[in-house]
Amino acid sequence: MALLETINLVKSFGGLTAVNRVNFQLEAGRIVSIIGPNGAGKTTLFNTLTGIYQPDQGQINFNGSSLVGLRPDQIAARGMARTFQNIRLFGEMTVIENILVGMHAHLKQSPLQALLRLPAFRREERESEHKAVELMHYVGLSGVGNELAKNLPYGAQRRLEIARALAADPLLLLLDEPAAGMNPQETEEVTHLFRHIRDHKGITILLIEHDMRVVMNISEQICVMDYGEKIAEGTPAEIRANTRVIEAYLGRGAVAGQHEEQR
Amino acid sequence: MTTPFSTLFLRTLNKGVLPYLLILVHIALGSALVYTAPRSNLAFLVLISSLFTLYALKADNRFKLIAGAILALLIIPVIGVRNIFYLEVIFQISVFAALALGLNIVVGFAGLLDLGYVAFYAVGAYLWAFFGSQQYYVLPFAPGTQPSDLPFLLPGDAFYLFLFLAIIVAALTGILLGLPVLRLRGDYLAIVTLGFGEVIRVLANNLDKPLNFTNGPQGITPIQRPTMPDWAVQGFNDLFGPLIGHTVSPADMYNLYFYLLALLVIIVIIFVTRRLDDSKIGRAWTAVREDETAAIAMGVPLVRMKLAAFAVGASFAGVMGVLLAASRTFISPESFSFMQSIGVLSMVILGGSGSIAGVILGAAVVTILNLQVLQGFSLYLSELRQSEAIIPIINFAWRDLSTQLDPAKYQRLLFGLILILMMIFRPAGLIPAKRRKRKLADDQPAAE
Repeated sequence: MALLETINLVKSFGGLTAVNRVNFQLEAGRIVSIIGPNGAGKTTLFNTLTGIYQPDQGQINFNGSSLVGLRPDQIAARGMARTFQNIRLFGEMTVIENILVGMHAHLKQSPLQALLRLPAFRREERESEHKAVELMHYVGLSGVGNELAKNLPYGAQRRLEIARALAADPLLLLLDEPAAGMNPQETEEVTHLFRHIRDHKGITILLIEHDMRVVMNISEQICVMDYGEKIAEGTPAEIRANTRVIEAYLGRGAVAGQHEEQR
Repeated sequence: MTTPFSTLFLRTLNKGVLPYLLILVHIALGSALVYTAPRSNLAFLVLISSLFTLYALKADNRFKLIAGAILALLIIPVIGVRNIFYLEVIFQISVFAALALGLNIVVGFAGLLDLGYVAFYAVGAYLWAFFGSQQYYVLPFAPGTQPSDLPFLLPGDAFYLFLFLAIIVAALTGILLGLPVLRLRGDYLAIVTLGFGEVIRVLANNLDKPLNFTNGPQGITPIQRPTMPDWAVQGFNDLFGPLIGHTVSPADMYNLYFYLLALLVIIVIIFVTRRLDDSKIGRAWTAVREDETAAIAMGVPLVRMKLAAFAVGASFAGVMGVLLAASRTFISPESFSFMQSIGVLSMVILGGSGSIAGVILGAAVVTILNLQVLQGFSLYLSELRQSEAIIPIINFAWRDLSTQLDPAKYQRLLFGLILILMMIFRPAGLIPAKRRKRKLADDQPAAE
């Protein structure tokens, strides 16, 4: 059974249908990309999946149960974590604290335990702090645990967002343009990181990305959206060959990308 | 952000035993000044500011604790009963510090702008005012028509019980207000809380009919105080009589007693605030303040966390309300006006939103400015007016100065100015909030 499944999903704003009857299935353990021109409804789809928007019609099934009507925090607690297109860190909090917020739903401490500093509370804080440092190192940040998130350089902020999402121990990781604004070397590093997350942590990844090198390189399946509708789906090779996709989105850039890869 | 100069300045002071010496000298100087000149505002300021020195300089925590305890439990009581006005100032600082700490949780930590915060203070105050006075038997009478020989509903010692009850009642009020409005953000929330603050005040003003719950604008009086054992008064006089120079009346002892109670409440509040701030709740609050959408997407239950902030903040105000009602023995709706909410908010912003030490300093600065500096200045001007003094050069006689020029009346003007200047030059407040640095053994800095 698919980990995530949408059935005839519709989300509209006034007269604009941002997501139009999208049927989509995501098998567990895969890396899947959603591509499409600006305004195609990719981020709206993410926001609908994570509960920030409620769908107007249709079903979302995740890990065997429906997500429709749930709040974003409930959806997060069921194992869906995400990053944002325009980085949304907690700027005035330290790097470690940002990651600790990601663990919120998993921490069992009660206010009373916190007030009295009971041993169980201290142990949990110590363990979660330790785990946070591990995650920080995992995404390639070190020695910045006590820095304020807003003071990190751009690339590090992107990495921190991924660490914060991983802190929730998700089944599915949604990445919204994770390579935006990165230089080629950084892009390569995060691509590698994503693959590692899937291979070693067993987390399914769904990403929106404009950088075709990343998309073609990492995805096992690509879903193309245009004007809110899913216009194509398939392996990178199939998508490259799909004339409708080329017309709608890829244009000549894809051909160039193809040449580059062949070299 | 600390300016390089002040950092440099502090660094030179924080060498070896110098900070210890400075703290002791400051406290001793302040005490001596106040002791020899019990009427001088300046002397009092020197003494009170030693608390800040104690906070700002680096010294062993045990030393700070002992010095602070001596200052708060010995020096201030003694000079306080010598000049009861000082005690009043300090009591007011304590009350406002507690309120500012409560509001700090809502505004500073969770980032929810609450413009009706004194409503919770009013709830606490009216709670004890109703149960700790004759008001229950006044219910059927219109204000001013009740017979004079009504009994009290509860004994004065129920006050202690109501300190705890107020926590619950105020917290519930906070949740009740929070439930419908916390879906709102920013400006919208501010407006609704402002409305709520007014609703509570108007209720207090008008709930004298059909049943007389609040006695309307006249307010409720007398409100009982907890009984104070005779041996406490006697013991205090025996112990400190020689230092003070006169026997202290039970009435003055009450002032002292309420000061100590307020101090105790503040210590508990600081304790609770710090512990909560350093747990998942505190982190969730800050996350909500920084970015609601990201917080909820990370699994932080937004509404529950906001309600928690409202409830905790409200409960602090509720306790202080009970304390105020008992210490004043009189309350009226006037004490809970919109300007009071704004006053507490400006203490939080002036001191440093989100910073515990900051908001206490904010409360102290604003209260002292109100009660001492401006009034002292007014007094000084009126003295000049009566004298024959003339400003040289421009040949202006002080006695021609308009009586309208009364600094005490310009309190709000001055506040506004201070807040504007703060926003321009030090937007994070006098003592900006700092995140706790963790000892991360397994995270070695790459380069530092």
